[in-house]
Amino acid sequence: MRLFLEQCTNGLAVGSIYALIALGYTMVYGVLKLINFAHGDLFTFGAYLGMTLLASMLASERVEVGLGLVLLVVMVMGLVAVLGVVLERVAYRPVRSAPRLNAVVSALGASIFLQNALMLAYGGSPQRYEEVLPQTALSVFGLQIPVVRIAVVVAAVAMMAVLYFFVQRTRVGAAIRATAIDPDAARLMGIDVNRIVMLVFVVGPALGGAAGLLVGLLYGSISFTMGWSYGMKAFTAAILGGIGNIPGAMLGGLLLGLVEALGAAYLSMAWRDAIAYGVLILILIVRPSGLLGERVADKV
Amino acid sequence: MSLPAAPGQGSRHLAVAYAVAAALLASAPFVAGWFAEGRYWLDVLNNVGLYALLALSLNVILGDAGLFHMGHAAFYAVGAYTAAILNTQHQVPVLWTLPVCAAVAALFALAVARPVVHLRGDYLLIVTIGMGEIVRIALVNDVFGLTGGANGITGIDRPSILGRRIARPQELFWLIWGFVALTVFLFHRLARSRFGRALNYLREDEVAAEGSGVPTARYRLMAFALGAAWAGMAGALFAGKARTISPESFNVGESVKIFAMVILGGAGSIPGVIAGAALLVGIEEGFRGFANARMLVVGIAMVAMMAFRPQGLFPVHLPRFRPADLPPPPGAPPREEPGR
Amino acid sequence: MTAILHVEGVSKSFGGLRAVDRVSFDVPPSAIVGLIGPNGAGKTTTFNLITGNHRPDAGAVRFEGSPITGLRPHRIVSLGIARTFQNIRLFQRLSAVENVLSGRHCRTRAGLLAAMFRPPGQVREEKEALERVADELAFVGLGGRAMELARNLSHGDQRRLEIARALASDPRLLVLDEPAGGMNEQETVELAGLIGRIRARGITVLLIEHDMSLVMRVCERIVVLEYGVKIAEGTPAEIQRDPKVIEAYLGTEEA
Repeated sequence: MRLFLEQCTNGLAVGSIYALIALGYTMVYGVLKLINFAHGDLFTFGAYLGMTLLASMLASERVEVGLGLVLLVVMVMGLVAVLGVVLERVAYRPVRSAPRLNAVVSALGASIFLQNALMLAYGGSPQRYEEVLPQTALSVFGLQIPVVRIAVVVAAVAMMAVLYFFVQRTRVGAAIRATAIDPDAARLMGIDVNRIVMLVFVVGPALGGAAGLLVGLLYGSISFTMGWSYGMKAFTAAILGGIGNIPGAMLGGLLLGLVEALGAAYLSMAWRDAIAYGVLILILIVRPSGLLGERVADKV
Repeated sequence: MSLPAAPGQGSRHLAVAYAVAAALLASAPFVAGWFAEGRYWLDVLNNVGLYALLALSLNVILGDAGLFHMGHAAFYAVGAYTAAILNTQHQVPVLWTLPVCAAVAALFALAVARPVVHLRGDYLLIVTIGMGEIVRIALVNDVFGLTGGANGITGIDRPSILGRRIARPQELFWLIWGFVALTVFLFHRLARSRFGRALNYLREDEVAAEGSGVPTARYRLMAFALGAAWAGMAGALFAGKARTISPESFNVGESVKIFAMVILGGAGSIPGVIAGAALLVGIEEGFRGFANARMLVVGIAMVAMMAFRPQGLFPVHLPRFRPADLPPPPGAPPREEPGR
Repeated sequence: MTAILHVEGVSKSFGGLRAVDRVSFDVPPSAIVGLIGPNGAGKTTTFNLITGNHRPDAGAVRFEGSPITGLRPHRIVSLGIARTFQNIRLFQRLSAVENVLSGRHCRTRAGLLAAMFRPPGQVREEKEALERVADELAFVGLGGRAMELARNLSHGDQRRLEIARALASDPRLLVLDEPAGGMNEQETVELAGLIGRIRARGITVLLIEHDMSLVMRVCERIVVLEYGVKIAEGTPAEIQRDPKVIEAYLGTEEA
């Protein structure tokens, strides 16, 4: 029972990270009907950027820990957001009215570029995050939960709450939702679709970058291929929740994290990734609209 | 797609281009003997040949039928491992395994494609990536105890024809490029046939194709099966050439590479994808030692291509029919049949 | 005379919207039947239920006595029903010949092996298919345009090309979805002539149209839909006088 509950907290932590990344996929898909293959690399970029910034902050010894962490989050999110906007302009805007395959290839090319650019910049070996958060564990209901894990979940949930509020309760959020439903109608209503797309490429990558930072803080080590593996799983989460559906992505991420943590504890490790892919394929076969998503009929 | 100015002229141009390329290639084994590094470059040409086979086979699925497929390395792997297992465990000569590899790869493709072949573009792409990864993981985990795990299978025989072992790059060259020539010939015939047209109809507008009487689901599966069969045979040749195969030769990176060859070269164009294969192997050679820089270039090339030249570098498409192929319209000299 | 097409109580909903609600009608053989109604009446959806593009939630469709409900579209084509589309679905990047050839697909057999090795049967089959294509192109008046890409043809020519493609599959029932869409008066008159010649070949025609002059000129029977429900069926004269039809198109008169 203790193992079960501890794995649950583990699952919630990794799940909330999946959720943050999944939000990026789902928001971009909702508005552009395109899977942003480079999103996982933005996440990785956030992780490496965070590591570099954190190291230099610690080296300068001028910033106090609490403020420093907040500054770190803001800087990482901001820089990755900028990268996201550049990505949209360079790789996606030119092919927006072209056949689907072109956009997919462009996205893949961008992903390959980003991944290799990162590798060139940082060399080929995994890197470590400086230990900056207290490594103690809190005792909650008899469980030993690392403080870091709690902090990560709290941070992620806070960001998701802000996003939810933003999308559901503000005018801009409504504009985003409108564009996702029908870009042409939105344009006719006076919504600047290009701006909305840019905004989505600010918010999505920012959350992805934050997720990268959190992974670094949570696990201590990062690698170049994490964009690929986290990205696949986050995408699965987005599909599970219903692609284009924002609460769905949050739900899907948490659910997937839980299932994975519990599965890893009780099932074989070697096949873990294969199982994750298998789940994705199964969902796409059986219920491609996901748990909360909507089915779209083809007009003949 | 771009078409040559006058139909009829195009196929003559292409035939000349093929003849020139064939002549150049045929001279390669001899020219290679003049240089110290000739053997190395001949081996590079052999790699281009294998990749040409892979690109041609993926072209059937991605270029002709328009199916987003980025798991082609899995079919390559199935062929290579089938050949390796048959050869090392059952002493079947490598070249004899070719038809078996083709069949096994095709059946595998049918089995995995069947449940997902109705999926729309992006989703199918993701699923094929997942499928490729599952195959690779299964190979690493020594599924069925046959695959040798992460170390793979070693000690595969060289191919041999009529008792003569094919071991040197020059000999492999003829084997591989002979197979490429045969493939080009057959695939050009395919393009001009009812089968090839059906794949194109499916690619251009699936609803219209169904509405015209083309069984689109069946042709999607057949495209996968044909592409897989050819990739499987390429895998057998690879096994005989490399003599050792391991799962890392069949990872997602390979699938992406072959995908890029088809797209950058010219999806749907036979000469185009061969050129794409040569291009990517060329980039690899040009950037030897700078693995990351080279993939960087490929990434940029993909983005730039889609923005500036989405049809690929050599989108050579022959029109299927010349005016002479059609019977004269009524009012022209009458046909000989009675009762018209 | 038994109907060539028997539509019985078909219904189809999309989400909460009832697009077609228990519609029934018959199409007599060798007739020209029109399906009309205001926009959103469910006409194209009804067609899609006949041609297999959608599966009905309820009801059945019988063609020449055999049930065809729920069959895939290509199956239905090979059974003898061919269609055109409201929004013209030609293979734009392919030539007129290649477009019409797709209609011959279900009447030819050469497979993968025949494609690669070209036995004499395959060669002959290809030749005959091309001859049929040339005939159909000439029949619709596109004889000299065979090598042109579909997207380079005028709108009216594209509509005719779609009809040629449908005819190439040897249909006994031709289902046309707004064939006069976007045509001017001259083209519409030519289209009426073409439909008459199609019927003269022994092919039954069922068409959706908004152009009333065309409908009244060519159709012998008319079925009227409104909001997914059949509200009238009869000869053109009967339909023109039917108060429900008038109301559907023009609205009720407010006193």
